[in-house]
Amino acid sequence: MTEEMPDPNEKELRALLKREFPPFEEAELPRDLWPGMLRRLDAQPLRVPWFDWALAAAVAAALLLFPSAVPALLYQL
Amino acid sequence: MELLERFAAGDLEAFEALFRQHQKEVYAWTVRIVRDSCAAEDLTVETFWRVYRARGRFDPAAGNFRAWARRIATNAALDHLRHARKETELPEDFPAAPRGDPAAQGELRGRLRRAFLELPSKYRLVATLALIEDEPYQEIADAVGISPALVKVRVFRAVRMLRRKLNSLGVEVNAK
Repeated sequence: MTEEMPDPNEKELRALLKREFPPFEEAELPRDLWPGMLRRLDAQPLRVPWFDWALAAAVAAALLLFPSAVPALLYQL
Repeated sequence: MELLERFAAGDLEAFEALFRQHQKEVYAWTVRIVRDSCAAEDLTVETFWRVYRARGRFDPAAGNFRAWARRIATNAALDHLRHARKETELPEDFPAAPRGDPAAQGELRGRLRRAFLELPSKYRLVATLALIEDEPYQEIADAVGISPALVKVRVFRAVRMLRRKLNSLGVEVNAK
């Protein structure tokens, strides 16, 4: 129970709310959720392999060093 | 090595042990906020997913795992309330209200439900815990990460907003 005395203005509203939304006194977990947790752990987000990052970095570096290669690259795309 | 230390170091078996120790409590807390058992199950898993991801920030020496998990569960439930705020229908497994005059009860119930579900999520959360579930302000404060005084302010504002909404819907709720 709340330690504070409820504001008298709250009393009627509190009673109405409890009547319409009965409190969950003992909410029992219906099943073990660990299997679902394992599925969640297994569903790793999509990860980009390190060599893809390395390739992207190499291309970016090449384009910075040789800007004239940009049209050629765009033509290949 | 202690269980919490092993968990913080990323030991999956330690995490499983903590999950099994605390899943019932996290679910019970969450279902009281979101008031939907299916959503509460999903949010319990979401909570532990966040717990697992944040294990590196947990201090096993100083930390209280139960309080930490409850706070994460409260944040997950609050996120859920924010996304579900537009929803006006209650789930099928919602506990049934006692019936008096069916027409008047139905009308009042609909308006009260609408007014309550339209409350901003952070107010709805504290109103649910304080006014319906009779949780102590200190417990709510710890779970939300605010002071008990601010919980009291939010409850007061939630009551005021609810009363105004109900009055605007034609339901007079006054102090007795």
